[in-house]
Amino acid sequence: MADVALRMEHVYKKFRKGEVFNSLRDLVPALTGGMFRRQDLAGHDQREFWALQDVSFEIKHGEAFGIIGHNGAGKSTILKILSRIMKPTKGKTVVNGRLSALIEVSAGFHEDLTGRENIFLNGTILGMNKREIESKLDQIISFSELEEFIDTPVKRYSSGMYARLGFSVAAHVDPEVLIVDEVLSVGDHMFQQRCMERMSSILKGGATVLFVSHNLKAVSELCSRAMLLKKGEVAIISGTDSVVRHYLKDAQEPCAGDENKPVYISQVKVSDEMGERSTFESGQTAWIDVEVTARERVQKLGVLLCLADERQYQVFQTSTEVLGYSRFSLHPGESYRFRFELRLNMGQGTFYLDVKIGRFDIQKVYHRKAPAATVFIRSTSAVRGAVNCFPRLVEADTILDSRLQERCG
Amino acid sequence: MRQRGQMREYLREFNKYRGLFWMITYRDIKVRYKQSVMGFLWAILMPVLIVMSGIVVRYAYAFTAHVAINKADVASVAVKALPWAFLVSSIRFSCNSLMSNKQLVTKIYFPKEIFPLAAVMASLFDLFVASGALLIFLFAIRVGWSVLLLWVPLLLATIVVFACGIGMIVSAAGLFFRDVKYIVEVLLTFGIFFTPVFYDTRMVGDKAKWLLLNPVAPLLEGLSSCVTRQPLPDPLWIAYSLAFSTVALVGGYLFFKHLEPAFAESI
Repeated sequence: MADVALRMEHVYKKFRKGEVFNSLRDLVPALTGGMFRRQDLAGHDQREFWALQDVSFEIKHGEAFGIIGHNGAGKSTILKILSRIMKPTKGKTVVNGRLSALIEVSAGFHEDLTGRENIFLNGTILGMNKREIESKLDQIISFSELEEFIDTPVKRYSSGMYARLGFSVAAHVDPEVLIVDEVLSVGDHMFQQRCMERMSSILKGGATVLFVSHNLKAVSELCSRAMLLKKGEVAIISGTDSVVRHYLKDAQEPCAGDENKPVYISQVKVSDEMGERSTFESGQTAWIDVEVTARERVQKLGVLLCLADERQYQVFQTSTEVLGYSRFSLHPGESYRFRFELRLNMGQGTFYLDVKIGRFDIQKVYHRKAPAATVFIRSTSAVRGAVNCFPRLVEADTILDSRLQERCG
Repeated sequence: MRQRGQMREYLREFNKYRGLFWMITYRDIKVRYKQSVMGFLWAILMPVLIVMSGIVVRYAYAFTAHVAINKADVASVAVKALPWAFLVSSIRFSCNSLMSNKQLVTKIYFPKEIFPLAAVMASLFDLFVASGALLIFLFAIRVGWSVLLLWVPLLLATIVVFACGIGMIVSAAGLFFRDVKYIVEVLLTFGIFFTPVFYDTRMVGDKAKWLLLNPVAPLLEGLSSCVTRQPLPDPLWIAYSLAFSTVALVGGYLFFKHLEPAFAESI
């Protein structure tokens, strides 16, 4: 009981879908009209939906817990209820400890004030007092890397600078319970890395973190346990890896609407010697099985394989043709299977597998599956960054200066 | 009894966030003075305009009554114009305060009455700035002092209490009904005709009591008496204003707090 930091018990939240009366001009006729036609007002009540249904979970002190789910699954609603911005329609929430929510960290900024003034403003909004902010001011400014512009009104900032300042303030609040929503999607790569480090250090300091993100990489790096939400209901609560796998499996669409294609990709599977999987260590070897099936007679075929990162940037591409396999032909009803072996030496991240079958001599793609699968790379402690260069330490020696040697001798 | 316990809870919560309250007030003041090139003149502009129109009106009265306009009339208009300007600006400003802080209302938890109250405080700051100018003006036209000045803090405080109450009501109502803003605007524009700013209630003879029903009227009359050395309005009327303002404050606060949980979803 005492070690519970956050708890939700059978929480329900109902929203109204349609436009409610938001002006007196509409309300007055509706009310007077309603006296004669009761059902008119009742009709409004039916247009509602449940954003959350029977959500229960528990987070222990010092634990990092992730919530993942598609847009509209109810993630933000949970955060808003926990941070008391909204009241649940039904159910109970318990929060033990000073709670701080990083939900849109630059929400409190005022355009016309300078960076420094906004640090004080936002810091106060996030629950710090003036003395606390003053003592951390230098840290906050240097974390944001905005020393030069700190006395410039923030309306002149770029959006990245804006967000950086926001996160810097928020990261220096010392909360016991921290709620984080999508703040890490700001700034450049380096800044994101530092944000993650800061979050881990907050965690190490004994705080409880509830983390909501689309960024599976970040969730799996920070959180030990996670919850998958589906349309306002809890789908699974478990260790982060299995929840992430669950989520990724969900994201793969079944092949449909391929009936009229002369040849189609009937199956794509990612595996290693242990069997089918989606999470790999950086540098591991993966097998990608692609099965294609023909409906008509097709000639000079090739299979193309691409890997793209979260920003849809293509990081790798190969095909049967470049791998030396000549163009092949298929008869109706015939299937063909390829196994590609890839050494996944990307750095940690989420990668989408894109598979195409077509005739590449005439630039005709018969069928494309994107994403055919999602591959999730976990970093090893030795590897940071976008690629794995397989680092090895081959020499480490002390070099003594000869003059220094003489003086010492 | 339950309500009293709840009230205490609200106040404790507000007290916890008082640092934020002052911070938002400071922000509102700072932003206002930063945005306008005129700086502090901003606080004086509106009262000056009101005083000037008041002098024109007063001149017209004097002309039709075939008497000369005297400095007591001018002083009276000037003294009443400032609190009226404060009232108008604080109600207007607090009416929009929740909407213009939408981001904060929907994203971060804290007692939301901070916004309308900070708006009133920022307007109060303007009032103090303008009062400085008024004192110089009154000194220049040589209006004497009197012991009646001791009433000023009480009268001003009552106006502030009234502004806070109305501010909370209109800000909460304005969040749910977008046209409240326009209604408030119209009321504020024409309110000056129903409030003794340009005139005194005694000018309408025994109908004065109808005008004094406007809770702002006895307060403004009282303030003007302090400089023109007219007798104060009946203390009963001032007590009436005080009671009215207190009810507005407490009622407005409860109204605001009652609606507050629905703010984030309705905005």
